[in-house]
Amino acid sequence: MSSTIFPALASARRRSNLWDAAAFLCVFGALVAVGHVARGTLAPLAAPGAVSVRLDPAFLPGYAVRTTLRMFAALFASLVFTFTYATAAAKSRRAGMILIPILDILQSVPILGFLTFTVVFFMNLFPGRVLGLELAAIFAVFTSQAWNMAFSFYQALTTLPADLAEAADSFRLTGWQRFWRLEVPFAMPGLVWNTMLSMSGGWFFVVAAEAISVGDNTWKLPGIGSYVALALERRDLAAVAWAILAMLVVILAYDQLLFRPLVAWSDKFRFETTASATAEDPWVLKLMRRTILLNRIGDAAGVLAATIGGMRLALPVRLPVLGRGRAGPPSRAVDALWLAMLVAVLGWAGWRIVQFVGAELSWAEVGHAVLLGSFTLLRVAVVMAIACAIWVPLGVWIGLRPAWARRVQPVAQFLAAFPANLLFPVVVVGIVRFRLNADIFLTPLMLLGTQWYVLFNVVAGAAAFPGDLREVAANFRVGGWLWWRSVALPGIFPYLVTGLITASGAAWNAAIVTEVASWGSTQLTAHGLGAYIAVATARGDMARVMLGIVVMSAYVVAFNRMLWRPLHEFAIRRMTY
Amino acid sequence: MTDGMADHMTDLADPPLLSVRGCRQAYHKDAAADLLVLDDVALTLREHEMVALLGRSGSGKSTLLRIIAGLLRPTAGEVLWHGSALDGPPEGVAMVFQSFALFPWLTVQANVELGLEARGIPRAERTRRALEAIDLIGLDGFENAYPKELSGGMRQRVGLARALVVHPDLLLMDEPFSALDVLTAETLRTDLIDLWIERRLPVKSVLMVTHNIEEAVLMCDRILVFAVNPGRVEHELAVNLPHPRNRQDPAFRQKVEDIYALMTRRPAPAPPAAPGPAPAARVVPLHRVGTNLMAGLMETLAGAPYHGRADLPALAAALQLETDELFPLGETLQMLGFAELAEGDILLTEAGRGFASAETDARKALFAAALRAHVPVVATIRQVLDERWNHRAAAVRFRDELEDHMSADYAEDTLRVAIAWGRYAELYGYDEEAEQFFLEDAA
Repeated sequence: MSSTIFPALASARRRSNLWDAAAFLCVFGALVAVGHVARGTLAPLAAPGAVSVRLDPAFLPGYAVRTTLRMFAALFASLVFTFTYATAAAKSRRAGMILIPILDILQSVPILGFLTFTVVFFMNLFPGRVLGLELAAIFAVFTSQAWNMAFSFYQALTTLPADLAEAADSFRLTGWQRFWRLEVPFAMPGLVWNTMLSMSGGWFFVVAAEAISVGDNTWKLPGIGSYVALALERRDLAAVAWAILAMLVVILAYDQLLFRPLVAWSDKFRFETTASATAEDPWVLKLMRRTILLNRIGDAAGVLAATIGGMRLALPVRLPVLGRGRAGPPSRAVDALWLAMLVAVLGWAGWRIVQFVGAELSWAEVGHAVLLGSFTLLRVAVVMAIACAIWVPLGVWIGLRPAWARRVQPVAQFLAAFPANLLFPVVVVGIVRFRLNADIFLTPLMLLGTQWYVLFNVVAGAAAFPGDLREVAANFRVGGWLWWRSVALPGIFPYLVTGLITASGAAWNAAIVTEVASWGSTQLTAHGLGAYIAVATARGDMARVMLGIVVMSAYVVAFNRMLWRPLHEFAIRRMTY
Repeated sequence: MTDGMADHMTDLADPPLLSVRGCRQAYHKDAAADLLVLDDVALTLREHEMVALLGRSGSGKSTLLRIIAGLLRPTAGEVLWHGSALDGPPEGVAMVFQSFALFPWLTVQANVELGLEARGIPRAERTRRALEAIDLIGLDGFENAYPKELSGGMRQRVGLARALVVHPDLLLMDEPFSALDVLTAETLRTDLIDLWIERRLPVKSVLMVTHNIEEAVLMCDRILVFAVNPGRVEHELAVNLPHPRNRQDPAFRQKVEDIYALMTRRPAPAPPAAPGPAPAARVVPLHRVGTNLMAGLMETLAGAPYHGRADLPALAAALQLETDELFPLGETLQMLGFAELAEGDILLTEAGRGFASAETDARKALFAAALRAHVPVVATIRQVLDERWNHRAAAVRFRDELEDHMSADYAEDTLRVAIAWGRYAELYGYDEEAEQFFLEDAA
């Protein structure tokens, strides 16, 4: 866990903010383009009525499998994206100039806001067929997974150990060999860890993406998410309970069968020169290593992978060796041409955004959205504060007791993966029953899914606290508030910041789902930007959805730049051992 | 040297394995003139010789090695490999790294096979040749181990096997033993020398970079002594002692003494120093030498048995200091006027004796005076601070000034050293968070 990469901050040392603006224009220009294509064709789209979902629990296992398959399809797409996009960004200076800021903005955009655009877009590609919906759902999950994976890979590519890179060059490895022998293995621990975080986040989105309403159309894809949506419509609490149970089983299986073994296996790629004490292998990995049949299969797969990775595929042109300026200083003229091209594209994108939003919306509307954004910001801040107040003391207590930490850590990671939106109905029922204030009582929903990031990071931080410093504190009888202020809190601070960054990112996204909740025909709406986007989506009001997303992205980006990034840098500079 | 020349005369007919001519390497800097790392380097390697590039750290010898390996392109000059110009890493050159550079996710065997795989040699052949190399270098039984399970010595054996398995014409070694402890390094050296003199190494020639004088004399037929600022081959010596060489042999000791003398020889004084104020000292990179280490050496030199003068090889042995540590230390003392280096000896000056016998506060005063007199960057920092109304100044301006004279990395290091020395001398303080210098008493 010590190698956790903080995707939101991976590009922290990048210089200019001009590129951020450029990336902003790029991302939303593309969105407008998709929305534009989508808008005109919204009406004639027929809802594929053939797909129906039933509440009988006997159907649940099948639904669970379909939901899981969507997850893995998206994961595959994310990996392909990671290997291509990040490689291009790392190997070409000119591509990297714009690709990396775009990635930075993309991971700040609330993905649920996208859904409207992408569903309509994919339905247009495959009119009247389920495939379009499937692709839209998979794409939604992809957008929740790909960015931080790509970032971690990019970061690995730009921090390759110089001596290994030289060894690879001096033994004349081809680009393909270098990729599979040096670059991918070096990136592996960070990539696996980020994939795990991505998957955890992905369950949330796959559940949300299976039942989508745009305007008057509602589409449902068979899966756990649509099952829950139907249960909500029918006010069937038992069905909700069944769905939660099914999800628990699915996540437990994926956690035990896939990710624990994968994380343990990726440890072998950790770049360190000393052998460190390693945790016991997860049972699945043991099984694979000790069962003869599985062992054979594993070996065969290994040989195949080694053969593919060892092939001497090379580009017909020899690429210059990265980062060593073999080719001399870059050409100014080509740079200028490239910049001019970018500026042209950006100018056009900016113009289209203004045109698109400006045609229907006034400045007052923008002001309204910004105001709503500040409500949501307040909610996010309160939720983070509550999470800290609860989980920092508990997390430190647990982390300092290794026996407890070992048991709690997997549970916290497991809970972080559980899609909190499945639990919303339970809370909503309570709010409806007791006629509580939606503005206040919908807020804790955000906490449901996000608090675990804070917990497991704090536990990790406390567990990594150096023993000798603890002994010093005990020796000088440092206790009470002084102990917290000068020993524990600074000790876990970098970990806490990491946890809060992840949690707050998730909280912004959750706002779109949590600020509006329904139970049968009762609909609860809180004041906030999330509700604004959700309501506009339900009405099919593309311009307002667009405005909402832009404002929310601006909030997230500003938050990252002005609070999290400086905090993270401070933590790294001053509070690491 | 003449003997060495005679050796070469015999096979002048063959084209040399490698020849480097007029090689220059410069940092590109917008503001100032290019900063030279290597200047007009020439060297020729023939078959069946083991040659050492001997020099201080920062003399550019590793840069030269990378140019020869085709990993770096020189700013000017040509590198001919088997008579034709080099473009990228050539086949037939294999390198051994100081840091071993083993792939932690590959087993010993897979690491050794890497170079063969890059050549597209079939699996069975690869395995056979890898086992052969593993056997030759004494790694049997470790084929399936991962590098992190091995000790440093075993890791470097993997590095050697990986280079030898491709049967290179030229084996390049970049300080191959300097990351190992003394005994392990010695074992590896003798193993390698044994294989070399028995002609069992599947290579034609070896070029190794080292800062260890004895290592060079122990192993090599020819030694190229590198000078710093800019890096260039200053002397060339042949070592004609028969193998196996004995470190205690008087001839061996004499060779070592000679090289120490060469390396501590004062650069020829340019114009005769005019009486009066000392000429402005040149801005040069400062060595990362701690004040405690300086004080320790001066105390040691002042006391018995040295009484102010010590023979460098003997001192290095007694204090267990690598030449790479001793030279920067001696040069720093020389720069500050506390000691002088000459003919392989170090002499404590009057100022040095004064420092050694003084108490803490007096030492700080002496050190401060020496810094202000001999270290321009420290003098400048203090002067600027004195002139400023708030007695604060940003570090970045001094770093920029240093970068006019040296690379960015050296400028950063030099500034760090200036901070540490200035703090000890109580000339100024430094605020890490604000990256500012300030005057202690003013704050």
